[in-house]
Amino acid sequence: MTDFALFDQAIARDQRIEPADEMPERYRSTMIRQIAQHAHSEIIGMQPEGEWITRAPTLRRKAILLAKVQDEAGHGLYLYSAAETLGADRGDLTQRLIEGRQKYSSIFNYPTLSFADVGVIGWLVDGAAICNQVPLCRSSYGPYARAMIRICKEESFHQRQGYELLLTMMSGTAAQRDMVQDAVDRWWWPSLMMFGPPDADSPNTAQSMAWKIKRHTNDELRQRFVDMSVPQAAELGVTLPDPELAWNASRDHYDFGQPDWDELRRVISGGGAMNEQRIARRRQADTDGAWVREAAAAHAAKNLEVAR
Amino acid sequence: MTRHEWPLFEVFVRAKRGLNHVHVGSLRAADHEMALHHARDLYTRRNEGVSIWVVRSDQVAASDPAEKPSFFEPSADKVYRHPTHYTIPSTVPHI
Ligand SMILES: [Fe+2]
Ligand SMILES: [Fe+2]
Repeated sequence: MTDFALFDQAIARDQRIEPADEMPERYRSTMIRQIAQHAHSEIIGMQPEGEWITRAPTLRRKAILLAKVQDEAGHGLYLYSAAETLGADRGDLTQRLIEGRQKYSSIFNYPTLSFADVGVIGWLVDGAAICNQVPLCRSSYGPYARAMIRICKEESFHQRQGYELLLTMMSGTAAQRDMVQDAVDRWWWPSLMMFGPPDADSPNTAQSMAWKIKRHTNDELRQRFVDMSVPQAAELGVTLPDPELAWNASRDHYDFGQPDWDELRRVISGGGAMNEQRIARRRQADTDGAWVREAAAAHAAKNLEVAR
Repeated sequence: MTRHEWPLFEVFVRAKRGLNHVHVGSLRAADHEMALHHARDLYTRRNEGVSIWVVRSDQVAASDPAEKPSFFEPSADKVYRHPTHYTIPSTVPHI
């Protein structure tokens, strides 16, 4: 019998672990790390698309993009809220992000070169996020699972607005169609990398599955994403940049090529085109906001004194 | 460890008239007024609520899950609190 009999029992019975429950220290630290990385990804993920808000081609697209980027901020905050139930502190997590001590998704270290990128991010990047996040709604840690439910409800809008944007561009000029194809060519492989390294190189997966933090392996989710995306690409009239992509009737799945895993390693460890700029901007926002946070805190303290 | 400058608040939202306020999560704010504004922006972007409560997290008292058995046990053996405890002939209507 371990010291965590109630914890083990709850996991075995597929019940949720709640904040005040006793839990193994490694479960707590794994959960904090995963939730924090996820929160950081949502926050940093505002930047690539945010760059296009002022340059959106119509007022409608601008309003949609603003709402979408605001949602991503919300997702980050739901997740920081979940991380704080485990004893983490939001200020400390932000500090860890801007000092490079905690990671965020590698996908946000690629540049957004044209407005078609906004559409492709909604379709593929949010699409991949949905594949990852839907099973996390049944993750064993209660506050994380509940945050994921809230997030998944909002992600569907993100994916659909992106796909609709692309449909609109594909019905436009040849130059617009080329922009869409170019964006697909650049985002397809990084999107596949969002599911993480192949199962054989993912040492933490087994423990995360045993604790029911994760419900599917990286490769299972990647396959699901490819199977979903291929008919969507066909409907759109774009080509996915993978010569090995082919239906395999014996597996009932699409076969597909392997992403460049060296590139993933390089981008995760800081070598992507945008790593420095993303962190620099987050740090700048934190620094610029410091006086506001301090002034608000001082104002609140003074009001409290007056009230006494 | 860097601490956040603002205290933590728990947020409760009433989804519509006739329902209780339900806990939805937490947020950071300097005071209650700011917490209400942040809660509106964060938790009701799609008409999820008609009323919001915010409570400072350090003001919440909670039962200890480690004491769950002894804390909730007193209600376990009082079967007579449940309607199914009483046998009524099936001929008696509306009871
Ligand atoms: Fe998101
Ligand atoms: Fe999203």
